[in-house]
Amino acid sequence: MATPARIPFPFTAIVGQAEMKQALLLAAVEPRLGGVMVFGDRGTGKSTAVRALAGLLPPMKVVPGCRYFCAPDDRAPCIEGCREKAGKQVEEASVPFVDLPLGATEDRVVGSLDLERALATGEKRFEPGLLAKANRGFLYIDEINLLEDHLVDLLLDVAVSGTNVVEREGLSIRHPARFILVGSGNPEEGELRPQLLDRFGLSVDVRTPTDMGDRIEIVKRCDRFDRDPAAFAAEFRESEGATLEAIAKARKVLPKVQVADEMLGLGAQLCSAVGADGLRGELTLLRAARAQAALQGKKEVKPHHVAEVATMALRHRLRRNVLDDTGSTSRITRAITELIPA
Amino acid sequence: MTLAGVDEDSNERWALALSAIDVLAVAGNRVGGVLLRARPGPVRDAWVEALQLVLPTRRLPASADAEALDGGLDLTATLASGKLVQRAGILADAAGKVLLVPMAERLNAALAARLASAVDEGAPPLVLFDEGDPEDPERERVPQGLAERLAIHIDLNAVRLPMSALIAGEAPPPPLEMLAEPGAIAKDPETALAVAAASLGIASIRAPVLAVRVARAHARADERPDTIDQLREADMAAAAALVLGPRATRVPPPPEEEPPPPPEEQEQPDEPPPEEPPPPPPPSDDNPGDDQEQPEPPPIDPTDMILDAAQTALPQGLLDALAAGTMSKAPKASGSSGAKQKSITSGRPAGVRPGMPGRGARLALIETIKTAAPWQKLRPRREDGRLAIRTDDLRIRRFVAQTQSTTIFAVDASGSAAFARLAEAKGAVELLLAEAYVKRAEVALVAFRGTEAALALPPTRSLPRAKKELAGLAGGGGTPIASGLDLALKVAESERGRGRTPLVVVLTDGRANVGGNGTLSPQDAALASARAYRASGISAVFIDCSPRPRPQGAELAQAMGARLVTLPRVDAKSVVAAVKSASGGAI
Repeated sequence: MATPARIPFPFTAIVGQAEMKQALLLAAVEPRLGGVMVFGDRGTGKSTAVRALAGLLPPMKVVPGCRYFCAPDDRAPCIEGCREKAGKQVEEASVPFVDLPLGATEDRVVGSLDLERALATGEKRFEPGLLAKANRGFLYIDEINLLEDHLVDLLLDVAVSGTNVVEREGLSIRHPARFILVGSGNPEEGELRPQLLDRFGLSVDVRTPTDMGDRIEIVKRCDRFDRDPAAFAAEFRESEGATLEAIAKARKVLPKVQVADEMLGLGAQLCSAVGADGLRGELTLLRAARAQAALQGKKEVKPHHVAEVATMALRHRLRRNVLDDTGSTSRITRAITELIPA
Repeated sequence: MTLAGVDEDSNERWALALSAIDVLAVAGNRVGGVLLRARPGPVRDAWVEALQLVLPTRRLPASADAEALDGGLDLTATLASGKLVQRAGILADAAGKVLLVPMAERLNAALAARLASAVDEGAPPLVLFDEGDPEDPERERVPQGLAERLAIHIDLNAVRLPMSALIAGEAPPPPLEMLAEPGAIAKDPETALAVAAASLGIASIRAPVLAVRVARAHARADERPDTIDQLREADMAAAAALVLGPRATRVPPPPEEEPPPPPEEQEQPDEPPPEEPPPPPPPSDDNPGDDQEQPEPPPIDPTDMILDAAQTALPQGLLDALAAGTMSKAPKASGSSGAKQKSITSGRPAGVRPGMPGRGARLALIETIKTAAPWQKLRPRREDGRLAIRTDDLRIRRFVAQTQSTTIFAVDASGSAAFARLAEAKGAVELLLAEAYVKRAEVALVAFRGTEAALALPPTRSLPRAKKELAGLAGGGGTPIASGLDLALKVAESERGRGRTPLVVVLTDGRANVGGNGTLSPQDAALASARAYRASGISAVFIDCSPRPRPQGAELAQAMGARLVTLPRVDAKSVVAAVKSASGGAI
């Protein structure tokens, strides 16, 4: 958002789209899930939902003046030595939401030599890119399937490692870049390579709501929000607060959530039943189930937690047969009903 | 184009186009802007003049790139003056104005994406000129992500203005008066617009949301209150004609057969709107222009009226396409700026070369300084002791981008063997697409049968889309090889224009029986079309799939300069193998 004063659309005011909202919440609770890929048509509220979640989260504490939004209580050294400079001062900043434009160059994304300084004063200084701006927040890429492959590779690499390593133009820099990557795209406009798809933790399919009541309600809410954003946000303050609290609690509970051996077995069975290759799928499935349990305030993962997240954790990892039209979703649903009695 | 040619439809569209200006003047960025489909010409100029009477404008230069929108360092000026010179971005420069974007159908994806996010962030309202030929099914389209965000879509291609006015160079007629009567108060406008959007087959929920904003702005432009319970029929009609009609993908069912679902039934059971009681008729007549001393009519249910209004602005060709039984194809993702430019803008780094940064090329700073360094003693020293860098020291980065290919299948769907041949061609398309993501290859399919050829699958690299669009392909009838070859060539040339490498794959038995004219037999017409391939240098593979190959196939292949492959029993895998060997591994 260009103007900080602009009020984001409340997250809980989004009509329908339950799966997308759930996936975003899981990603907010467990950042190690590795991002969310949203497939769907235009005008389904994808970017609204991501912006709304970023707007919902409470302001985070940052070291004043740090260009990487370092956390004051973090031990990792900052390349700017920001903590030493700032002493004990702490500032609050809203959770960053960075919208990566499709045409972004590699320079803008990873950062580059600060051209102005280099030319004007001869100083060699790093100009942080969008990855630095997104640190501790959300990086949203609309139409990620149209993004250059080498950029997508780079983004996913940074998203998983949490560090941006820059080796170029005589610079050698690494800085923290921990963000939740949210990609969106319409499969009818070109697909994402399976290798890349596999690196997204969760994937959800978003459809335009077909229920007329929902559609009318969306139009009405958007109109009310247009007229008076503040009053509209106030209407949802309570539910926003409740969601916020659930996230905060879940983050606290998460390290204590137990995953019993039977659940590990169940995850493995489910993955092999649907033909999801690789360990990554299994790991994501269990992490997501853990986050789901935490969101519900439970200290132990139960079969139904696994079932609730299986579709979004595995959907994009199935081996694909070109001439088989059975949707991935229905294959997973079938496996769930066979393996997990309701 | 004479006065006699000025018909009612043309007048109506012109009035609608002018009312868009009023709405834009009032609503500005809240409606995103206008997508204007019109070829350059006097009518479009007249519209722009009318716009400029009301709002200041700024034109986006054709040379602008995504970086120019945001501004930044002006390198040339900085080097010349030795001081930092910043260049204002076009977006900042256009604040308070309307940004005109010519040739919007040629916008590259990067620029379109930046403009789209600017619309979300509250940039100046945009007017995109879509100059594509509406008759041409393969024309380039305005990038959809951007077009969707602009509320108002207008089509001026069918508008004829009186020649007398144009010759005299008169100022365009001022925006028309609003409809003389604002009409009755519309009942529950949001529901009505949402229902109307659905029955016009508009999937995106953004359309009805924008329509509500346009209806509001229309009321404000008419100096009436714009609260939701005060919107009139005229506002709803404007929203329908400006926003919903042009986006329609189907014609709503006529009321007598299957009435559009009345909103009352939809709404009352599950969500009685507590905060919006049905608007009571205003107690006082706040309509001084209304001479007749009538009591305010009761609120009306505007859904039917909205649909009527929307019909006046249905996209051209929608009705024809529906009548012909072909669904309108989803437009292509975006225009593109060609392979040459690609090599300095994107891809993997591959060294540097001398050149000016800008227009996508990026400065290679270290190399530039290295180039300048040895000359420092010879050049006059600068007072501030800094490096003296001249324009010819500048080095820009180079990148390697893979050449991307488009395979265009031209499939003979005629005669009795059509079904099997089509099925295998579809299989080949799907097999190629399944691997396409590796090389970013695209595939298109032209089918010819009966009397003409049709583009059954526009170039795409999406497997789901190919499956969907090829599912209902029909076969049988005559063999118009000439039209098939012509259409495939046209597609190939437009792909080459996008900077891609086309390859045409023809699947036929080579015996034409439709086409030509009095002097030209169908077979000779086909040969003539085939020669055009050689002339244009488009590479091609000719797969002769007749059970007993006869010389016609070989003749056609030779005329095309195509590699001839005979496959008496076509199957998808051997087609793919033939394509791959012909392309030398590029596909």
